[in-house]
Amino acid sequence: MIGIIDYGSGNVKAIANIYKHLNRYYFVTNDPVALEKATHLVLPGVGAFDQTMNLLNKSGLREKLDELVLEKKIPIMGICVGMQIMTESSEEGIERGLGWIKGEVKKIDDQQLTRKPKLPHMGWNNVTLTRENSILANTSLEKGFYFLHSYFVIPEENGDVVATVDYGTRLTCVFKRNNIIGIQFHPEKSHRNGVEVFKNFADL
Amino acid sequence: MLRSRITPVLLIHNNGLVKTVKFKDPKYVGDPLNAVRIFNEKEVDELMVIDIDRSSQGLTPDFDLIEKLALECRMPLCYGGGIKTPEQALRLVNLGVEKVAISSALINEPELAKEFSDAVGQQSVVAVLDIKKSGWSKKYKLFTINGKKEEKVDPFGLACELQSIGVGEIVINSIDNDGTMTGYDMKLNGSMRDMLDLPITFLGGAGSLTDIRQLIEAFSPVGAAAGSLFVFKGKYRAVLINYPNEADKHSLYNQSV
Repeated sequence: MIGIIDYGSGNVKAIANIYKHLNRYYFVTNDPVALEKATHLVLPGVGAFDQTMNLLNKSGLREKLDELVLEKKIPIMGICVGMQIMTESSEEGIERGLGWIKGEVKKIDDQQLTRKPKLPHMGWNNVTLTRENSILANTSLEKGFYFLHSYFVIPEENGDVVATVDYGTRLTCVFKRNNIIGIQFHPEKSHRNGVEVFKNFADL
Repeated sequence: MLRSRITPVLLIHNNGLVKTVKFKDPKYVGDPLNAVRIFNEKEVDELMVIDIDRSSQGLTPDFDLIEKLALECRMPLCYGGGIKTPEQALRLVNLGVEKVAISSALINEPELAKEFSDAVGQQSVVAVLDIKKSGWSKKYKLFTINGKKEEKVDPFGLACELQSIGVGEIVINSIDNDGTMTGYDMKLNGSMRDMLDLPITFLGGAGSLTDIRQLIEAFSPVGAAAGSLFVFKGKYRAVLINYPNEADKHSLYNQSV
C-alpha cells in the first residue's frame, strides 16, 4: 500500500488521484502510526526549502520517517522540494535537511545560461539517463517532464545520479540510493510520462 | 533542451467558460471541468485559468471550483482571479495549483511579490500585466479590472521592478489583440523580452499556429498562450476545443532551432 505523506506541502491530491486511476491501494496520511502500513512512501513538496522543512519538523512524522526510510528501508520517492529536503542542506535556506542522502542543494547558475529566459527553469525539458533504472522505464526521455524550479540537488556520490536535465549545465533530476529516490520534475503534472513514473515506483 | 510552452487560456465568468474580444462581449464556450478533461486527453503543455469575475466584483477565489479543476488537471495549472494575499496563494498551491497569477494586487503594491514568493516559492508567482495602447500618443498603458481601469504606472518599468523584487514569470496580455485572432503584438512582446530575463508568456491575438510559430521563432523558449485559437474552429468561430498534436507541435519547435 502506497502511503502519501501529507504534511502540508505539495500536491498530495493530484498524486492520490493518479494512484486511484491506476487502481493501486494508497492512502494519504499525517499520522505516524498509519505510516507503518505503507510498503512505499511518496514525499511531495513545493515552495521554499526552509518552509518545507519546518512543516515536516512540526508534523510529528520526522522520527517515524527516519525509522522507516533508514532502518526498515521502505522505498520512498521525494518530488521537487520533497527531493531537495532529502539532502543535508540548501543554499536557499538555513534549515538542515533530512540528511538521507549525502549532498546539497544549490541555485542554478544563471551565468551558464546563454539565452533568455533564465530562472526559474520552467517548462518541458527532455532528460538523459546516466544509468539504467526501472523508475524511468516506459517513459519517453525525449518528451521529458515538466520542470518548475531554481534550485537543484548535487548528490555527493556520482553513482546516485540516475538522470540529468540540460539547463545551462547538466543538473541531476533523478537520483536513487538504495530505497531512496528523488525526482526534481513534476511527474504528477507530466501526463502519461509522469503516470509511468508513479507506476514504476509502485512496482519496486 | 527546454521547449516553448503552448498554453491554452480559459476564462471563467458566471461559473461557465467564456471568450472575450478586446476584453468585452464574453461568449459562452462551455463547462470548465469538461474543458480540462479534453485538454488532459490532448496532453497540453500547461493550462491557464482566469476567473474574470473575481477582482472586478471584489470576490475571493472560488476555492471549491479550483480544487475540482486542479484535481482533474494532469498538466500544470496556473490560476488567476481575485488573489490578494499570500495566504490565498498558499491555499491555492495546496489545492494543487502550480502557479498563482496575480495582477491588481501586485500592480497596487509590487513589494507584495516578496511575500507571495516567501509563501509559495518564487517559481510559482506569476504577474499578469494587461496592456493596451491608450490616448492620442497610443502609448502602452497598464489596465486592471478587466481592462476598465487605466493605471498610472508604466508597464515596462513595473515589469522590471517585479522581476527585481522577485516573481517567477510575467504574462504579457495585449487587450488590443485579445480575441481578434490577428496575431500577437510583436512590438510590445519584443520590448518586454529585451528588458526582462525571466520566463515570459505572451497572450493576446494568436489566430493560427503560424502566429505561434512566429512567436517561438522570435523568442524560443517562450510561453505562447492563446484563448480563441484553442476554443474556436473556422471562420464562423464554432466552439470546438482543439490543440496541436505532438507532430504539429514538434514542427513548431523545429522551425525555431
